[in-house]
Amino acid sequence: MAKYYQPEIETASREQILQWQNERLVAQVRRVWDNVPYYREKMEEKGVTPADIRGVADLHKLPFLSKDDLRQAYPYGLLGTPLKDCVRIHSTSGTTGKRVVAFYTQHDVDLWEDCCARAIVAAGGTQEDVCQVAYGYGLFTGGSGMHGGSHKVGCLTLPLSSGNTDRQLQFMVDLGSTILCCTPSYAAYLGESIHEQGLRDQIKLKAGIFGAEAWSESMRREIEHSLGIKAYDIYGLTETSGPGVAYECEAQTGMHINEDHFIAEIIDPNTGEVLPEGSKGELVFTAITKEAFPLLRYRTRDICVLTREPCPCGRTHVKMSKPMGRSDDMLIVKGVNVFPSQIEAVLLDQGYPANYQIIVDRVNHSDTLEVMVEMTPETFSDSLGKITEMEKNLVSSLKAMLGIYAKVRLVAPQSIARSEGKAVRIIDKRKI
Amino acid sequence: MNIHQISVFLENRTGQLAEITGILAENHIDLRAISIAETADYGIVRMIVDNTDAATAILLNAGYILSTTWVQVIAVPNEPGGLASVLKALAENSIAIEYMYSLFTHGDHKAYMVFRVSEEDKFVSLMASLGVAVIPAGELGIR
Ligand SMILES: [Zn+2]
Repeated sequence: MAKYYQPEIETASREQILQWQNERLVAQVRRVWDNVPYYREKMEEKGVTPADIRGVADLHKLPFLSKDDLRQAYPYGLLGTPLKDCVRIHSTSGTTGKRVVAFYTQHDVDLWEDCCARAIVAAGGTQEDVCQVAYGYGLFTGGSGMHGGSHKVGCLTLPLSSGNTDRQLQFMVDLGSTILCCTPSYAAYLGESIHEQGLRDQIKLKAGIFGAEAWSESMRREIEHSLGIKAYDIYGLTETSGPGVAYECEAQTGMHINEDHFIAEIIDPNTGEVLPEGSKGELVFTAITKEAFPLLRYRTRDICVLTREPCPCGRTHVKMSKPMGRSDDMLIVKGVNVFPSQIEAVLLDQGYPANYQIIVDRVNHSDTLEVMVEMTPETFSDSLGKITEMEKNLVSSLKAMLGIYAKVRLVAPQSIARSEGKAVRIIDKRKI
Repeated sequence: MNIHQISVFLENRTGQLAEITGILAENHIDLRAISIAETADYGIVRMIVDNTDAATAILLNAGYILSTTWVQVIAVPNEPGGLASVLKALAENSIAIEYMYSLFTHGDHKAYMVFRVSEEDKFVSLMASLGVAVIPAGELGIR
């Protein structure tokens, strides 16, 4: 059984990796300077030219890109190639005004699928395996990324997409799926359903690759126990391609970042200063091989730690810890990015006070989102029907804005907790 | 002969009703009627009290959200079919009932019922034609 998908890359010497990074970064900066006026302006503002970037050591001279830049440059402002060379887009989940659209050339798709294939092989995948892809297909990157990776490895690929649990279980049993790719919460849910339906003996799963949302070590153990598998973490962002930017090996002590395609930095989220290795800070990625959407120094807002300690698996690429939090107030609920400012905008638009509280929880392995809104004299009426109607309107406006269901809870005035005069906007009860 | 009713927004939490009635009791406000309409998460408490203005001020001061609404109180014959005949007449005359509930106090052989209806004038004249008394606020000791 092959241990690596691309052994010469995955186990390359540090010197070799650095050499690739130096060469590719220099070329990428030149390409971006020539083809992406939006970023070129940012460089000019900082007084940097491609001549200043001679290797990874000069990376810190480059300006950052943030989600705000992506919104401002929407849709084509950050394209690195002519549109005719692009073959696909993916997009972050249904958020009005906060949508990110990422473009791919065929070459980009190929390299991305290679990264996903590395993750599948690291989880023990070979062409003997049956890989059930239960991530959503479509604009979301999870489905197509793992689907492509599974093809590259040569697994029999079951493109089930997300949801329809009975069908998932039927295929899992009838076709003997050995690898499961989905969100960790869905994996936990499938585990429960398998037990409820008494199918444990008919399941052949050996590994699972789970990502797109935060999950804890205890959740990992729970999933591993209930499905009888080894559970691997995978990391990625639509902005940087999708899943497979980093993936776990059998050591399960962090995710190897595919450093031949991405340079990772850890910065102080407040000052932007690069922090020494081993520091906890915000993860920043520079894509050095991407053609269509070549983001340089993209701020992920994920807080984590990098380590270059030798890994028993033999891979030499740097490892990132699980994200430990965010440097902004973004929440990921059911795999969807939710910003409190979006909820606030809907409330104000509908005549509610901006005094609200967002409560996120995980019930039966599924995220729940609740928005507490204070009743006001203007919105109150003696008719229960009218209040219920208002509540319904609010629920549907929130759904339109966020792309997911949020329960609305109307509460008495002054009942939302305030600490030091400042309201607590987010309560995340999920144990992750 | 309208009577003022106070409607208060309440969250469905244990002790909420005790709190609101407690505040009124402390301030010597006497409840004449109370009813609750609720969903799983919140409700509206509707009350008729002896001093509407005072109660309104006290509750607003305590941070409650409320509104006042005009309702009708009638004396229904306290006998089998007494209420049924009134409701039947309302239905026949296409008067919609938003809600109704009963008062604590009642007269001889009469049950006092609170009605919130679609057409008040039509309601009052219909009651007159049925010989059902519409009770004025004064008779209930309501200021
Ligand atoms: Zn490793």
